[in-house]
Amino acid sequence: MEKKKGLLIDTTLCIGCGACATACKEVNGLPGETEQELSATAYTVVKEKNGIYYRRLCMHCEEPSCKSVCPVGAFEKTAEGAVIYHANKCIGCRYCMQACPFSIPTYEWKKRAPKVKKCILCYERLKEGKITGCAEACPTGATKFGDREELLAEAKKRIQDNPGQYVDHVYGDKEVGGTSVLFLSAVPMGDFGYPTNLPDYPLPRLTWEALSKVPSIAIFGGAFLYGMWWIIDRRMELAEYKAKEKEPPKA
Amino acid sequence: MDFKLPFKITFWKVVLLLIWLAGLVAAIIRVFGGLGASTNLSDKFPWGLWVGFDVICGVGLAAGGFTIAAAVYVFHVKRFYPVLKPTILTAFLGYVLVIVGLLFDVGRPDRIYNPLFMGNLHSPLFEVAMCVMFYTTVLFFEFSPNIFQRLGWAGPKRWITKVTVPLVILGVILSTMHQSSLGSLFLIMPEKMYIFWYSASLPFLFYVSAIAAGCAMVIFESHLSFRAFGHRLKDDVIADIGRILLVVLVMYLLMKIYDFTSRGVWSYLFIPRMETYLFWLEALAGIIVPIILLSIRKVRLSNPGLYAVSVLTISGFMLNRLNVATTSFIASSGVHYFPAWSEIAITVALVATGFFVFAMAARYLPVFEEPEAHGPAKPAAYYTDEALQLETTDLSS
Repeated sequence: MEKKKGLLIDTTLCIGCGACATACKEVNGLPGETEQELSATAYTVVKEKNGIYYRRLCMHCEEPSCKSVCPVGAFEKTAEGAVIYHANKCIGCRYCMQACPFSIPTYEWKKRAPKVKKCILCYERLKEGKITGCAEACPTGATKFGDREELLAEAKKRIQDNPGQYVDHVYGDKEVGGTSVLFLSAVPMGDFGYPTNLPDYPLPRLTWEALSKVPSIAIFGGAFLYGMWWIIDRRMELAEYKAKEKEPPKA
Repeated sequence: MDFKLPFKITFWKVVLLLIWLAGLVAAIIRVFGGLGASTNLSDKFPWGLWVGFDVICGVGLAAGGFTIAAAVYVFHVKRFYPVLKPTILTAFLGYVLVIVGLLFDVGRPDRIYNPLFMGNLHSPLFEVAMCVMFYTTVLFFEFSPNIFQRLGWAGPKRWITKVTVPLVILGVILSTMHQSSLGSLFLIMPEKMYIFWYSASLPFLFYVSAIAAGCAMVIFESHLSFRAFGHRLKDDVIADIGRILLVVLVMYLLMKIYDFTSRGVWSYLFIPRMETYLFWLEALAGIIVPIILLSIRKVRLSNPGLYAVSVLTISGFMLNRLNVATTSFIASSGVHYFPAWSEIAITVALVATGFFVFAMAARYLPVFEEPEAHGPAKPAAYYTDEALQLETTDLSS
């Protein structure tokens, strides 16, 4: 099997030039100028907090919530690690947006036949053996493309080799069971508004614990109710014969 | 010259027309301007009033349908038979309105049938969609004898009454599945929801609160139909449903106490913030005050008392569902969502349509007629006091 790809984003190297966001628009054919927030026309944005630049984009979870909740299975985690979206299936319930722990997917609110929009890890380019548009455009190597396992090892090495420069945590290593996009930072990712209260297991597990019990509830519940009906019905029948003082027929 | 309208103009008819007019304008904006023009939803707040009220409240309020059907057919509580038909009708209308509401809410209503062909078994929404679809069909068949009777079709009526029991059991199972799965919808978002409303027990809490809301709806609508049409049900039937409501509400309260204790939520109940006030309102109106009122025998046996309890329970229930679906996300989303006028207009128009169709059906279909023989014919002794007594012992043992 092909190795899973990913991105390592080192916020200490980011100079906030926005080349990644521009390249992203070009590669994905998204209209408009540089934007401040993720939108249906911006799959990634560069933001600044206290003089530190960071990016927002789909984290490409190992076990994505969006894929798990979609009633029509419009999301797919590909072998390359990209979480992609099949617009032709989508009914527009927006459960993916509601469920995403990173609040990434956006919607074409103004359109009459709207689609969900989000970073797809330049999936088409990956298939051609190219790297993502953002990583290619990055002048400082702040966004680096590669195999996820190698990127994770490199991130840990950077933390080890530069004591004090980083928070001792690779964001995306364990969060919700791991993500294909990894972050290194000198300050906790929570400072940038990234959720820090995420469990280290995949969130879809929480749904599955309840949902997997449904078939047995249906079968045993049905049998139980039918049994109840039969017993009560039979007892009433017997009571009725008793009232008439007759021998009841055999059941 | 005299000009005569085919109907009398009354205050409520004018109100209904105005509501429909506003709903129509909002619907036009929704169809031609999309969700952006007709709602205050955004990328940071993708679910609002239409999901929270039209779908998640609507389904819950229709839960009387399976509760009463199970009582009458499975557990042979024959004295509830007079409320069965109006309750099934409410449930059917409720589900149809949920589906209409959903058509406004989803971005691609033209693909609403997609879950039938490309289901994702891991999605609670898929399960809810399928159950709602099947259960609405089941409710139609459960109600259809009334339509067949009106049309004078003896054949189909006889045929459908033969499969009543399996049909009702199927309905109970489908309802149990999707009423609880509505709660499961939120299980995947623990970190986004405010502490009062996220719980691993959401499926159980939703199931039990739906049964409470269903019972309250039975009381509510029997009161309204008495006022409108003078169909008075035997008071003791409604009082019995009030007693069941009390038991279900106490059960819900105990579950909630256990839930809050096991998650350590109590200390949050006194933090002055919007979520706290809304939670207190929900708990007082929907659980605590109804329990106190229903515990007073005089209230439980009086029609106005039961009506007040039902209004309180239903309001508290609706607030609870709206809190779970919208309020609990406000803090983590970082935006303030309040529905647009057009969201409110469509919601109000749907509710008004429900009242209207129910009134029409009550007038033209045999919904409130005296109970007649149903199911496989039984001799008269079936309803003897002894048989009823036996049945009561069965239920209590």
